[in-house]
Amino acid sequence: MSLLSSIKDHHSERRLFIARVILASVVAIILLGIVVARLVQLQVFEYEHFAERSQGNRIRIEPVPPIRGLVLDRQGKVLAENLPAYQLELIAEQVPDIDETLARLTELGLIDAEDIPRLETLIDATPHFKPVALNLRMTPEEIANFAIQRPRFPGVDFRPRLVRHYRDGELVAHAVGYVGALSEADLESLEPARYAGTGHTGKTGVEQSFEDNLHGFPGYRHIVTNARGRVIPADSRELLDSLPSDAQPSPGANVYLSIDLELQRVATNELEGRRGAVVAMDPWSGEILALVSAPAFDPNLFAVGMTSAQFSELQQNPDRPLFNRAVRGTYPPGSTIKPMLALAALEVGATNLTRKSVCYGYFSLPNSTHRYRDWKPEGHGEVDIHDAIEQSCDVYFYEISQDIGIDRMHHYLDQFGLGRLSGVDMAGEKSGINPSREWKRRNFSNPADQRWFHGETVIASIGQGYMLATPLQLASAVATVATRGTRFRPHLVAAWEDPLTGERTLVRPERIGTVEIENEFYWDNIIGAMQGVMQGERGTARAIGMNAPYAMAGKSGTAQVFSVAQEDEYNEDEIEERLRDHALFVSFAPVEDPQIAVAVIVENGSSGSRVAAPIARAVMDQYLGVNDAAD
Amino acid sequence: MALTDTQRFVTGKAAPLTDFTRILRRLNIDGPLFGGLLLICALGLAVLYSAVGESTRLTMNQFIRLGVAVVAMLIVAQIPPDIMRRWTPLGYAVGLVLLVFVLTSGDVGQGARRWLNIGIRFQPSEIMKLAVPMMAAWYLHDKSLPPKIGQLLIVGVMIVVPTVLIARQPDLGTSLLIAASGIIVIVLAGLPMRLMFGLAVSAVPGALVLWNFMQDYQKQRVLTLLDPDSDPLGAGYNIIQSKIAIGSGGLFGKGWTNGSQAQLEFLPERDTDFIFAVMGEEFGLFGVLSLLVLYAFVIGRGLYIATQAHDTYSRLLAGSISLTFFVYVFVNTAMVSGLIPVVGVPLPLVSFGGTSMVTLLAGFGILMSIHSHRKLLPH
Repeated sequence: MSLLSSIKDHHSERRLFIARVILASVVAIILLGIVVARLVQLQVFEYEHFAERSQGNRIRIEPVPPIRGLVLDRQGKVLAENLPAYQLELIAEQVPDIDETLARLTELGLIDAEDIPRLETLIDATPHFKPVALNLRMTPEEIANFAIQRPRFPGVDFRPRLVRHYRDGELVAHAVGYVGALSEADLESLEPARYAGTGHTGKTGVEQSFEDNLHGFPGYRHIVTNARGRVIPADSRELLDSLPSDAQPSPGANVYLSIDLELQRVATNELEGRRGAVVAMDPWSGEILALVSAPAFDPNLFAVGMTSAQFSELQQNPDRPLFNRAVRGTYPPGSTIKPMLALAALEVGATNLTRKSVCYGYFSLPNSTHRYRDWKPEGHGEVDIHDAIEQSCDVYFYEISQDIGIDRMHHYLDQFGLGRLSGVDMAGEKSGINPSREWKRRNFSNPADQRWFHGETVIASIGQGYMLATPLQLASAVATVATRGTRFRPHLVAAWEDPLTGERTLVRPERIGTVEIENEFYWDNIIGAMQGVMQGERGTARAIGMNAPYAMAGKSGTAQVFSVAQEDEYNEDEIEERLRDHALFVSFAPVEDPQIAVAVIVENGSSGSRVAAPIARAVMDQYLGVNDAAD
Repeated sequence: MALTDTQRFVTGKAAPLTDFTRILRRLNIDGPLFGGLLLICALGLAVLYSAVGESTRLTMNQFIRLGVAVVAMLIVAQIPPDIMRRWTPLGYAVGLVLLVFVLTSGDVGQGARRWLNIGIRFQPSEIMKLAVPMMAAWYLHDKSLPPKIGQLLIVGVMIVVPTVLIARQPDLGTSLLIAASGIIVIVLAGLPMRLMFGLAVSAVPGALVLWNFMQDYQKQRVLTLLDPDSDPLGAGYNIIQSKIAIGSGGLFGKGWTNGSQAQLEFLPERDTDFIFAVMGEEFGLFGVLSLLVLYAFVIGRGLYIATQAHDTYSRLLAGSISLTFFVYVFVNTAMVSGLIPVVGVPLPLVSFGGTSMVTLLAGFGILMSIHSHRKLLPH
């Protein structure tokens, strides 16, 4: 390469560049000319043809929503299904006067006057050619009524669709949950393509937790419509033939719950007229057999859509029917933790099986005159650990509490699952509180409050003070006593079923922990004491357990109520009722081969053994099949 | 020589400086280019509002992205071309490393690995849209032009490596556009005519190689174009609906937000790749020609800036950015009007979507910088 040729010649390079730019511009102009020519061809010369095609019948793709998976109980009884229903729809662009139309529909009783503002917002927010649902489930009378009047309502029509239906809605409301209309927030978080054509999503319970499995995947179909977007079903078949075949939706999976509907029914009936919860589970698998929170509500109201009046009534009801007490209600566990504390005390040597205390009805810490009272003012007299559980002697536990210490209490109760999420396959559970020195340090900001006091250990020993647990946690804890220390993850889903092949996948029990009580003898004794509660001479719940045809172990509890909700202040009787203690009861049976563990809480039920224990007994009788024998 | 007003406007050589032009110049903004781009964006937003079913939320969304992209453009315009040139190899190298990274550990979306997640999720191929022409221009900057065969081969490698990496993601559309931006640099640098013809002839075997690179759905699109109405798998649906939309718009269109094809959702991808059809339907021939004139004006202004640039790097880069923009416009409009197969190329500055908008306007920021940082000495 010669030196000369490698020297840059700026003028000739620029000339070359400009020549190339001109060349490129010519090419670009030609290409652009082709596009323009094409546009002229389409928009001028072929305008008539395309205008006609755009005016005439046309094809569009419409999503076909999948069928939501069924929810069934452990016997295969249907809890949630999909039923056809007719809904009233309005297409805004075809309605001459929306306000007047809505007013006339109100006169016919097809929509609620209170819903008109909400519907008007909805109509504004929806593209004017798309249908807006006015009434989600029309009764046969409403359909007949409207059919006659139909010519008076251009742009309003009814259309069939599948609606979620809960056969025994109230019985399983808190376990199965419900589906509700997609909200603005749902639209943000859900995949739009998957929910095209779906109006509902799971909001609580199993319906929410397993939304992904239950929902399925939508399909698509091609439909022929006219210029107004109206579907023409049978016409123009030949147009459809040139199109891709429709994609079938794939339905959501069916789910079998471990719940037993009949057990739910018994528990619900027993709680009738009360506020409370019942959780029953199989101790050896963690399968939840019953999960009831009372009062309940009709989940069909959410699936179908309710009036604002109905909704605010549900929300403002002082008994809080929408609140799932079984997994979200936290209560002082009271004496129900005594068997677990007794095991801990034996294990750490804070007491032994033969040690006896004399109960005078109260206990005082050294160098203090404050009296911690027993529930029985005159005292229990001489008691050992067996008697202390059987008769629920508080003083015995006050005494040994100082030798166990709060941190060791925390350590053992933690192994029974208190103060931690149980891991149940259901959204929204609460963890409760299992206090310790560390817990107090972390949860109080004022240094003076961060110190742990001896007196707090005393009341913690009878499940009062800071301690809080959900009915689900108590059921899981007593189930862990039943298995002598093996804890399984509580779960509601027993199996999944592919609706197309019928193939079932079982959900395996999952061991999530072991309680470190090595000595089998301790278990024998404490479980024996719990059996004494039910069937012993001086057992607190002997009235309930004595005549049971199976060996039953249990422990009652009574928890003080600390605060009264403000709105109740005006009603004297109401205050009185709401100031009563909560009644608790935990139990399992049969003792020699535990098949069911039950936790019951009755808010303001006063007495664990008199009010809560009979409920547990009824649930067990049903599950163990002794109802018929008793009749 | 006295200039007419029109000449002053097109060339930007306005004799008396008004306050406004002084501010523009201080900010290194090229008035005609900026005005043209803003008009396109404004028209684009109007069409988009209709295409997304009059959703103010989505339109606002696009408006905010547009704002971000304009800010990016103004920032880039402040960087002198000399500095850009110095940092070019590094930028290119970083882009290559990220591309390799994407192939090994990128996020998968819609069946392809295109995204990288480092705090924010982005497509490294976007960097390459600017880095490839910059690198080619950087390499040829101090060479005596027209380039020699050896030099052409080196530039060729610089273009082919990222192209292949992106094609493997797979993102055929983007890889071809990036290759085009590099090839344009070579052509502008003075690729010998006989070689150009050679390339054109070798396009036939090249197309066969490309055919092997294509996924089944892409092959289908090519076949569909040849015979859209007898398409067995339905890939012709888009083209048929798009042609109906444009054709039924006629001379003046059905009116804003009144296009039945678009509003009744017959037209697929109406807010992204097929938004040009919405425009054709609602604003008619008059509307689409107005948009094409705006595009032509911006491209013409870009090429004018290229011819006025004072060094080889700036000149080649400015030319490539302007002509690549043309390629985008042509590919999209030709695709939507059924002239070429459906490839996923959005209509620049109009289609819904954010990342490509930032890259596009950053490119125009480079053009502005090149124009305002000219050395005042004659070359």
